[in-house]
Amino acid sequence: MNKKNHWFILSPYLILFFAFILLPIIVAIFLSFTYFNTIQPPKIIGFQNYITLLTRDEIFMQKVLPNTIKFSLIVGPGGYILSFILAWLIAQLPKVPRTIYALILYSPSLTAGVTMSILWRVLFNGDQQGYLNALLLSLGLIDKPVQWLQSPDHLLTIMIIVSLWSSMGVGFLAMLAGILNIDESLYEAAYIDGLKNRFQEIIYITIPAMKPQMLFGAVMSIVYTFTSAGIGVALSGTNPTPQYAGQLIVNHIEDYGFLRYEMGYASAVSVALLVIIYIFSRISWKLFGEE
Amino acid sequence: MIKAKNNPQSFHKSQIKYHLILIPISFVMLLPIIFIFSQAFKPMDELYLYPPRFLVRRPTLDNFFELFRMTQGSSIPISRYLINSILTAIATVILTIIISVLAGYGLSKKKFKSKNLIFSLNNLALMFVPTAVIIPRYLIIQKMGLIDTFWINILSLLAMPIGVFLIKQFIDQIPDALIEAAYIDGASDLNIIFNIVIPLLKPAIATVGILAFQAAWNSAEASMYYINNENLKTFAFYVTNLTALSGNTVAGQGIAAAASLIMFVPNLILFIFMQSKVMNTMAHSGLK
Repeated sequence: MNKKNHWFILSPYLILFFAFILLPIIVAIFLSFTYFNTIQPPKIIGFQNYITLLTRDEIFMQKVLPNTIKFSLIVGPGGYILSFILAWLIAQLPKVPRTIYALILYSPSLTAGVTMSILWRVLFNGDQQGYLNALLLSLGLIDKPVQWLQSPDHLLTIMIIVSLWSSMGVGFLAMLAGILNIDESLYEAAYIDGLKNRFQEIIYITIPAMKPQMLFGAVMSIVYTFTSAGIGVALSGTNPTPQYAGQLIVNHIEDYGFLRYEMGYASAVSVALLVIIYIFSRISWKLFGEE
Repeated sequence: MIKAKNNPQSFHKSQIKYHLILIPISFVMLLPIIFIFSQAFKPMDELYLYPPRFLVRRPTLDNFFELFRMTQGSSIPISRYLINSILTAIATVILTIIISVLAGYGLSKKKFKSKNLIFSLNNLALMFVPTAVIIPRYLIIQKMGLIDTFWINILSLLAMPIGVFLIKQFIDQIPDALIEAAYIDGASDLNIIFNIVIPLLKPAIATVGILAFQAAWNSAEASMYYINNENLKTFAFYVTNLTALSGNTVAGQGIAAAASLIMFVPNLILFIFMQSKVMNTMAHSGLK
């Protein structure tokens, strides 16, 4: 009687998983081979969207792709390494100070990215009323206010700083738990075998012993990096961002999909993004996976 | 010999060096958080002050009153957005927990052919980024007739691969013998889940609940893309659009800070109360 019951208990999740995760990916792949303006039915045009993406979309090649690579390489691996180092540092402390530090480091990730951007706009305001400008002016480091969020020179840097600030999320907590749960005897045995210092300890014992948490943390970093990628539009208040300086793939998709109604082309960009995310995750599995 | 070790029981002077690194980093991390609080409680004249002062001198609740007064004239009061958000958050938390526990139990304790395939697919979906496929999601939701319904606020958030993953990992720790004994006594799956599994699963349920709450409370996706009717939109969406409504004025900045604080504080309080349960669950978060 209990034999077939698994489909019954799995079905609510599987149905939602199919409708909101799997199906959108399948539809994105299908639409990427079509011309679709939402008024007429989609028309199959083969690889045309991909050819356009790679050869004719200058904005994509010159701005969006380099921005995305720069942003995701710094915020992804950068935020990940920072999370690990901070998790390791606070794991060296007893419970009470450790919990306080964990709370402080984790709390930025609790601020909702886009909501918080209202406050970043005040801090980085381009006139002399902006807090950063006022501070730098009073210290004599600049002689006129800097347009932090409207100038192509600074927008991407500020996006990266803001994203790194809130990157100590669930992955950070998982890695902290991983470090704390490593069996003490592993370390003792390794020191008897000639381990010399704490750096060697991290490389040869800590990281290998918590590979599953390292992998989980890496996957969380990837998700965070690409989820937070809309921040440029939120900070500058415009899509496209000034001179496309903070334009990332996610914004490019919205630009084509919801502003120009070129759904087929936007879907091709989506598929390109999914491939990039998949490559990042393959690298993580290669580094820390056990298969 | 080991000189220092992870997870020490008490203070030792060798730990001072870690504090020396962590205190400045924590200070920098805290600054923007302090800024939200400070800005939200600033009276008008301090918001206008030049040069601007970081910390508030004479805190008031004016910005909060102003935030609620702002929508008095319009047909949709701010409380509408807040109620929508609260309902969305409560429903999302409860339903996500139920759905994830059922699925996590199935994937952990049931034996069937496609189990490993489904679990690997779920692991792959851990890195799913909804905004990447926002357009097909929109088209599918449109086809399902869910545009401009309150339900889409909740439905779009319920499939949470990380929730199923964490619960499944946690149920893996429960010995099979316990479950089998209950089967022999004639208990059904639902009996077993509610009477045996859920009581042992409290830390994981708390963790998934927190993650679902954060997702729902912070989400503006549904309001932004799938809902046109202002009556059905969430507070997160309202806050996102606040600068557009109040203009990027100095007075607007204080109101925006007050709204951001309302967004932030529930997340913080929940985490503070649940943090030991979250850490307990994270110990089983490893991906293999």
